[in-house]
Amino acid sequence: MSEFKFSKEHEWIKLEGEVATIGITKNATEMLGDIVFIELPEKGLNVEKDGTVGVIESTKAASDVYTPVSGEVVDINKSIVDDASKINTDPEGNSWLFKLKIKDKSELDILMNKEEYDKFAKESAS
Amino acid sequence: MLHNSQKDFIKRHIGTSKEEQSKMLNELGYESLDDLIKDTVPEKIHFKDELSIGEPNSEYEALRKLKIISKKNQIYSNFIGMGYYGTYTPNVIVRNILENPGWYTSYTPYQPEVAQGRLEMLLNFQQMVIDFTGMDIANASLLDEGTAVAEAMSLSHRINKSDSNLVFISENCHPQTIDVVKTRAEPMGLKMIVGNDKKELDKLKEDLVCGIIQYPGTLGDIKDPSESISKIHKKKGKAILACDLLALAKLKTPRELGADIAVGSSQRFGIPMGYGGPHAAFFATKDEFKRSMPGRIIGVSVDRHGNKAYRLSLQTREQHIRRDKATSNICTAQALLAIVSAAYAIYHGPEGIRAISERVSQLAKNFSDKLKQSGYKLYSDSFFDTVTIITKDKTEQIYNNALDNKVNIRKVNSSMLSISFDEKKNVYRANQLLKIFNCTESIKENPTESLSNLPKSLLRSSKYLEHPIFNTYHSETEMVRYLKKLENKDISLNRSMIALGSCTMKLNAVAEMIPITWREFAEPHPFAPIEQMDGFRTLFTDLKNWLRSITGFSGVSLQPNAGAQGEYAGLMVIRKYHSERSESNRNVCLIPSSAHGTNPASAQMAGMKVVVVNCDKDGNVDYEDLKNKAEKHSENLGALMVTYPSTHGVFEEKIIDICELIHKHRGQVYMDGANLNALVGISKPGNFGPDVCHINLHKTFSIPHGGGGPGMGPIACKKHLEIYLPSHSVIKDCGPANGIGAVSAAPWGSSSILSISWMYIKMMGSDGLKLATQNAILNANYVAKKLKNHFPILYAGKNGNVAHECIIDIRTIKSETGVTEEDIAKRLVDFGFHAPTMSWPVPGTMMIEPTESESLSELNRFCDTLIKIKSEIDKIISGEFDKIDNPIKNAPHTDLELTSNDWNHKYSREEAAYPAKFLKANKFWPPVARVDNVYGDKNIYCTCPSMDEFKEDAA
Repeated sequence: MSEFKFSKEHEWIKLEGEVATIGITKNATEMLGDIVFIELPEKGLNVEKDGTVGVIESTKAASDVYTPVSGEVVDINKSIVDDASKINTDPEGNSWLFKLKIKDKSELDILMNKEEYDKFAKESAS
Repeated sequence: MLHNSQKDFIKRHIGTSKEEQSKMLNELGYESLDDLIKDTVPEKIHFKDELSIGEPNSEYEALRKLKIISKKNQIYSNFIGMGYYGTYTPNVIVRNILENPGWYTSYTPYQPEVAQGRLEMLLNFQQMVIDFTGMDIANASLLDEGTAVAEAMSLSHRINKSDSNLVFISENCHPQTIDVVKTRAEPMGLKMIVGNDKKELDKLKEDLVCGIIQYPGTLGDIKDPSESISKIHKKKGKAILACDLLALAKLKTPRELGADIAVGSSQRFGIPMGYGGPHAAFFATKDEFKRSMPGRIIGVSVDRHGNKAYRLSLQTREQHIRRDKATSNICTAQALLAIVSAAYAIYHGPEGIRAISERVSQLAKNFSDKLKQSGYKLYSDSFFDTVTIITKDKTEQIYNNALDNKVNIRKVNSSMLSISFDEKKNVYRANQLLKIFNCTESIKENPTESLSNLPKSLLRSSKYLEHPIFNTYHSETEMVRYLKKLENKDISLNRSMIALGSCTMKLNAVAEMIPITWREFAEPHPFAPIEQMDGFRTLFTDLKNWLRSITGFSGVSLQPNAGAQGEYAGLMVIRKYHSERSESNRNVCLIPSSAHGTNPASAQMAGMKVVVVNCDKDGNVDYEDLKNKAEKHSENLGALMVTYPSTHGVFEEKIIDICELIHKHRGQVYMDGANLNALVGISKPGNFGPDVCHINLHKTFSIPHGGGGPGMGPIACKKHLEIYLPSHSVIKDCGPANGIGAVSAAPWGSSSILSISWMYIKMMGSDGLKLATQNAILNANYVAKKLKNHFPILYAGKNGNVAHECIIDIRTIKSETGVTEEDIAKRLVDFGFHAPTMSWPVPGTMMIEPTESESLSELNRFCDTLIKIKSEIDKIISGEFDKIDNPIKNAPHTDLELTSNDWNHKYSREEAAYPAKFLKANKFWPPVARVDNVYGDKNIYCTCPSMDEFKEDAA
């Protein structure tokens, strides 16, 4: 997962060309428990870095979905909207949340790499 | 010397005897209650004088005194209307629900396995509301119609995607509704236009957030609202109809008229007016908005074995999870009243309700015919139950004439009077009124039937209450058995102790409950002329003075209808204080991370920006973090919300410093009074720093929890804030002239249940109240001592003592064995106990608040049960029990499972069902096994299960 970057809001981001795929980390799904609902932004929406773009709900918690970078929403993952529990099974693979055509690549620079995120996750859990 | 019997109630209320208290104190290493308190409460805040409440009174003496006060209320016949109507509570419902501790002492149904009875009744309420409004989904009650309309506005604002901030409210809405909405709209940054919807909507240039219309109007007139609704839609707003349930039995549904949200009050379905409440409001909307709805929603799920089971659904919308992003701050609602009105609909059935509706409307029609024959003109010829008459210069004379005849009617203005009929009115009353209007005509006993007053185009053709639930229990025998069947499914205080931390499930004594059904308290209309209400005025004055003495504050408002509403009201008072000092920029609200979810949710409603303050490892407010944040936001600091003693059940030593720090930065301190049961008589918040606090009368002052309401959350404040307390547009002298406006529909909130707290305080007296607090603290420390060798006690204050509650830590157990706090909660059901507060304020823990009302034997039984469960956990560790297939993980066990022919578990049936000896004499059988939350949240289903499923059940 070397090409992945991570945010403090427990999102991962993977850049391919100008399009970034964004999801939540396995660690985040473990904190949330059984996910039952997700609301994602509409296609075409322009979103600002660190802004709220949706909601994710489990049986015991609800959390906003943030975007770690700015850009235009070019795709959303319909299959998880239909069955949100898929996020629990494959959060860092097929169950990505949305894709952005990003505005400013440099925004990725301040995000964490895998090693840094694992350390961050461990610290914030204790 | 006091006569002995005067102190009788104190020992009925406090569960332990003097000897038992000595024994418990001894175990804790104390000589006396005073020693324990001295060692527990910080010296600086300890109040050592006596409260000025007076001597205690016996039950009989207090009842006699209150009866005399009640007689000072003059009971007039009320035709005032405005959302409050006469109704008969069927006697079977009075005795079996309203006066039955099996229903009124239960808690909010967070633990569904021990709450299936009231969950079913609340689901029936939702079904009833859905049937009458035609909407897709309804919640299980809100506080009153005014706040329900305000919540509808908030929902519209939440889902509003445009930049508009304009709210239209028709002048045909009840004035108290307009008042409540106005108070709510301002901090949300919404502009409000009040006007005639037929005229004003066309003139609007801007888009709307929502438009609000009353149906039928406050003057009784029925106009087709569908045209206005489409205009609201064209302006991109949501259309909100505030409607009358009884009228909807005859009129087209809000859904058919195009409304997005339908709200109203179910008061006239069997709930007495009670001088303002409590009553259950309803809220219904379209399926697409369900995740933005406020309040509790009951849903259908399945249990572990796949059997149907009810539970609270969509909880992630709510304040206890979502905090400042919750859809509403509502916590305590009006569950008991929703249950009563659902029972009313069940008992009458669709035919019965239709008959009542037609009878009421017919009487109004016949009355208006006779008036017209005598030459009067009506404001509108289309009406349901309310006739508005153009009386011009006769207005005053007729109004006074009515008063002389002990009749209250509504004076709309100097040239119109309004008359509302209801279930209790008859031909005799209508003829009396005709005489008051100087009519020579009178209605005959058997008038012709014709409801030409209802517009043909708006007549309802759709059916309602078709579900078998509403068509089965029409005889009293059947009804009594249905209610008993449901009651038996629940654990309430008449079964075992409910040690819910932060909820103070103390005794709700019968003597306290008796006055609420006295007609002098139950029958008055909230807008009756205050000269008739000397009894209530005396009751309010007594209660305010006592609350002043208890809290050390000088100002009191009895208007807020629940704790969370008290928070909102208190913060609005603070907001107004800052703005009057030209510091309206002060909108930052500091809230410790351990606060009740209602705190951030209320702060958000009051237009404040929430900044979270950390807690330190001892569970106290992290003073350094607080200091940093207060400094950082010094310019804009509005308030700190702090719970005292803390939500961790500890008397924080630093409370005075904390308050001083906030004041230094020109902020105000709001104290959440949820834990006042640890302060009464031993410490006064008004003396140690806070500026305003709310008081949960349904925790500390004995109003029962009713399965999730009613509650009352009066606020008390210091002198400088008094002039901003809540006011009311209809009854002007209930609050200050420059107040924040109305926060509840009724001027003194749920007035009738204030009699419960009056009785409690009167019977306890200064000494009794202090003793209650001392014993609540003793019991909590006793429980902590008994349990600490088996479960770590998470936080403690001075000398290792807790306040009135303690937290047991399950996290180590969880990591070692996989047994969670939820597993323990469910295993407690097998022992016949309701679980303590789970996973709050610290995840992975349970918070226990025993209260002063439990006996030593019950405290021991509860502790022994937890210790027994711990020994079962030890068996998992030792391998004696399987890690997965054990009695804790599979709890609770139903009789069906236990008696089935295939029992394939790795433990015995006896270990499952009778793990303690006492159970052989008294066993609670849970009606369902563990409820599947994931299934329920994935398959959201919030109406009564289909007829087929229902028939299977009955077979």
